[in-house]
Amino acid sequence: MKFAVLVFPGSNCDIDCYKAVQDTVGEPVDYVWHTATDLSAYDCILVPGGFSYGDYLRCGAISRFAPVMNEVAKAAEEGKYILGICNGFQILTEAGLLPGALLRNTSMKFRCHDTVLHVVNNQTPFTNDFELNEEIVIPIAHGEGNYYCDEETLKDLQQNNQIVFTYKDNPNGSLADIAGISNKRGNVVGMMPHPERAVSDLLGSADGKRMFTSILKAWRDTHGTASVR
Amino acid sequence: MLKATVYVTIKQGVLDPQGVAVQGALHSMGFQEVESVRIGKYMELSLNTDDRAEAERRVKEMCEKLLANTVVEDYRYELEG
Repeated sequence: MKFAVLVFPGSNCDIDCYKAVQDTVGEPVDYVWHTATDLSAYDCILVPGGFSYGDYLRCGAISRFAPVMNEVAKAAEEGKYILGICNGFQILTEAGLLPGALLRNTSMKFRCHDTVLHVVNNQTPFTNDFELNEEIVIPIAHGEGNYYCDEETLKDLQQNNQIVFTYKDNPNGSLADIAGISNKRGNVVGMMPHPERAVSDLLGSADGKRMFTSILKAWRDTHGTASVR
Repeated sequence: MLKATVYVTIKQGVLDPQGVAVQGALHSMGFQEVESVRIGKYMELSLNTDDRAEAERRVKEMCEKLLANTVVEDYRYELEG
């Protein structure tokens, strides 16, 4: 299976994502520049955190129109796995690949610390290695991670089991404690916490590791390939 | 030449933490009469066209597509010149 890590001007978690893939599943991974117009070689696309295009206007507003995003939309349509982390989550909502929007934290503070998440849906390709309702430790680092959507959308999210992670102690004011959601089909997930920063006990937590092993497991289940490491 | 002025504000009902912080500062300075503060964005666009109807249509499209996130923001604009 092949991973792409998108790189926008201003991405700063791209190297962490790249190394997380190498260290957790050891599958091939490439950096892909935001001007790329072909993602057909990739099975999973990681949209990393950072401050793409300086977060000018709104987080993710400009990156959403980068040429590569047309390809991301196509890949989503094809059922490929797409994971947006932090700024990547903001980009996916701006692009309309995930519902809702991310507002400034209600505390007005940039919050950078470990958080405890509940795994609300372990049926996605990104979370099948977790137990349902398991508590996991994943760090956050954001000023605009306050998830918002209208009531109707929230109802949809709940009914379709699209809420993937919730915070135990809501750090940013997110609606319904939401930390991560998926699209209806489940192949696109966005989350504010950083699993790529939690792939080794040396980093304080290795819980993020299982997001990457989940992806590989899901891919092998659907492709029947035993590319054993 | 036409000039478009675009105002983008967070929707009523959606919390504006910046506005709340500024309101708090105004209160602490003694401006108790301030009941609420909403902070938005102000943009000036110079358009190299004189076709008002066309400009109007295009600016609306710019607002919907990029300048405002209509999930959480309202916009309005003025055209002059």
